[in-house]
Amino acid sequence: MISCRQLTYRYASGPTLAFVDVEVAQGGVLLVAGASGSGKSTWLALAAGMLAVNSGSITVAGQNLAQLDKRSSDAWRAQTIGFLPQKLHLSQALSVHDNLALAQWAAGQNTNSEVIAATLAVLAVQDLAGRKPSQLSGGQAQRVALARAVLLQPKVILADEPTASLDDESATAALDLLHSTAQRLGATLVIATHDGRVKSRFEAAFNNKSGLQSIQIGRKQL
Amino acid sequence: MNILALSWRYLWSRPLAASLNLLLLTLGLASITFVLLVNHQISRAFERDLAGIDVVVGAKGSPMQLILSGVFHIDAPTGNIPLAAVKALEADPRVSKIIPLSLGDNFRGHRIVGTSPDYIQHYRATLASGALWTQPMQAVVGSQVAQLAGLMVGSSFAGSHGLGAGGDSHGQTPYLVTGVLAASGSVLDRLILTSTESVWKVHESDVALDADDQKILEEERELTLALIQYASPLAAASFPRFINTTTEMQAAAPALEITRLLSMLGVGVDLLKVLAGVLLLTAGLSVFIALWGAVRERRADLALLRMLGAPSSKIAGLLLCEALWLALMACAVGLLLGQALVGLTAWALQVDQSISLGLLAWPGELFLVPAVALGVAWGASLLPAWEGYRVSVFELLQSR
Repeated sequence: MISCRQLTYRYASGPTLAFVDVEVAQGGVLLVAGASGSGKSTWLALAAGMLAVNSGSITVAGQNLAQLDKRSSDAWRAQTIGFLPQKLHLSQALSVHDNLALAQWAAGQNTNSEVIAATLAVLAVQDLAGRKPSQLSGGQAQRVALARAVLLQPKVILADEPTASLDDESATAALDLLHSTAQRLGATLVIATHDGRVKSRFEAAFNNKSGLQSIQIGRKQL
Repeated sequence: MNILALSWRYLWSRPLAASLNLLLLTLGLASITFVLLVNHQISRAFERDLAGIDVVVGAKGSPMQLILSGVFHIDAPTGNIPLAAVKALEADPRVSKIIPLSLGDNFRGHRIVGTSPDYIQHYRATLASGALWTQPMQAVVGSQVAQLAGLMVGSSFAGSHGLGAGGDSHGQTPYLVTGVLAASGSVLDRLILTSTESVWKVHESDVALDADDQKILEEERELTLALIQYASPLAAASFPRFINTTTEMQAAAPALEITRLLSMLGVGVDLLKVLAGVLLLTAGLSVFIALWGAVRERRADLALLRMLGAPSSKIAGLLLCEALWLALMACAVGLLLGQALVGLTAWALQVDQSISLGLLAWPGELFLVPAVALGVAWGASLLPAWEGYRVSVFELLQSR
């Protein structure tokens, strides 16, 4: 569940961004569209509890983010948000298994190899556990990164431009995988994108049923 | 996965940079270890040989030379002093112990020292085999001499004139070895000890023409110097001045001369310290540059860790741990290398002839090495760690 009302963010030296209100039910899909520099990244950072809210409110998975301090927001993020970055950012120094273990370490947990193996298996990349990221194909790497995002069973999955630089077929496969993974976890899926294919794919999948929301973030300075 | 394992993996993900930093840090620490060890061992060797000797009385000349020749048996003595003058000192109430030394001959470069058994007792040396001399021309040899010259109880040898190997041989008057000293770590280890009478006898029998001549020579008997222990510390105020002004002899205080010597050596030690300092500074800068580069290079990775929920302190800790690994490894290798260098120096200079440099010594000063290692590594990693601390997830979103 994500809900934000009259949300604004003011940069220390720069413009104040105001965002449109959003209301997405738990398990729904939110598409955040907007050109580069429109404030999309800022919105994602706010939703992940990385930036402090200036005014208005944002509630993610039942947590009012304005009430979190810096330290507790780290712990909250580890448990609640699964993040799929555009460039994946798998650590080249570590194996696939250890890249997932890194997520457990970051969350302050002990390494649990069973959970890692099970998560990799769901995404059909369990055989790659011993490889280094440089030995993976693009599709495999994206699956591994997704496995890392969902390792701790987050309530919200944030995907940043997941279809950038993918051909149509791969983009469709990546979106379907994201969608099915989110549905399996009952997680809210947030996709930040300016790729038109994303919207058409999800509109086709939802077929005008409720659950799909999309917002256009534009530069609306106050 | 814990922070130590993770930082280890990150460190070696850049093997070249890690090895270079390790090398630089190790060299710096090894030189510090070397300087500390040599300094410590030289000072200790001096202290050990000086123990209990308050003043040395000998012929006029350089006081430093008198100490070096009389106490450490390194330099040539300043000359001889009359036996009668030393005998007179024995009666002085300020003197509690007086050990006469007579130098002048050697056997294969090992000094033959005419003295009294007090000399052996003074260094608390014990006999490994045999017995002390009981009459002239009997000798007790130090452990190193026995080993190097192949002498044992029952061997006989002829001394030669002078203090270095070679020189005229006193072939008619051979010495008989009656005892071998156990190694004591003191100067006795490399000396051949005999009674003062032996030394006189060797030279008189070489020179004397007839019995009358022998008598004259006996009246003019000389010693080289005398080691003296005061009855009370108060004697230090008056005794040297008394010797230096009223007799033809000079009195030199070893403590004073050694302080002078060490302060001269100190210039060299300071130079080495500066060199080690420069090496360490370079190492510190190199570690800093490597870590700084790592933070820049891995900014997105670090930001991702933040996104995965790692607190800022954990990111900073990760970088500090990388430096910690470097410090630990460099410290271990540096200490070993430093010890090996000392061993190598001792071997190359054959310093064990004058000062024994031991291997794997651990004087208290050496705790400076791990402290310096940690200090340099952490000092160099503070700024990168702070930079890592400030990494924000936001940068990850904007890194397109």
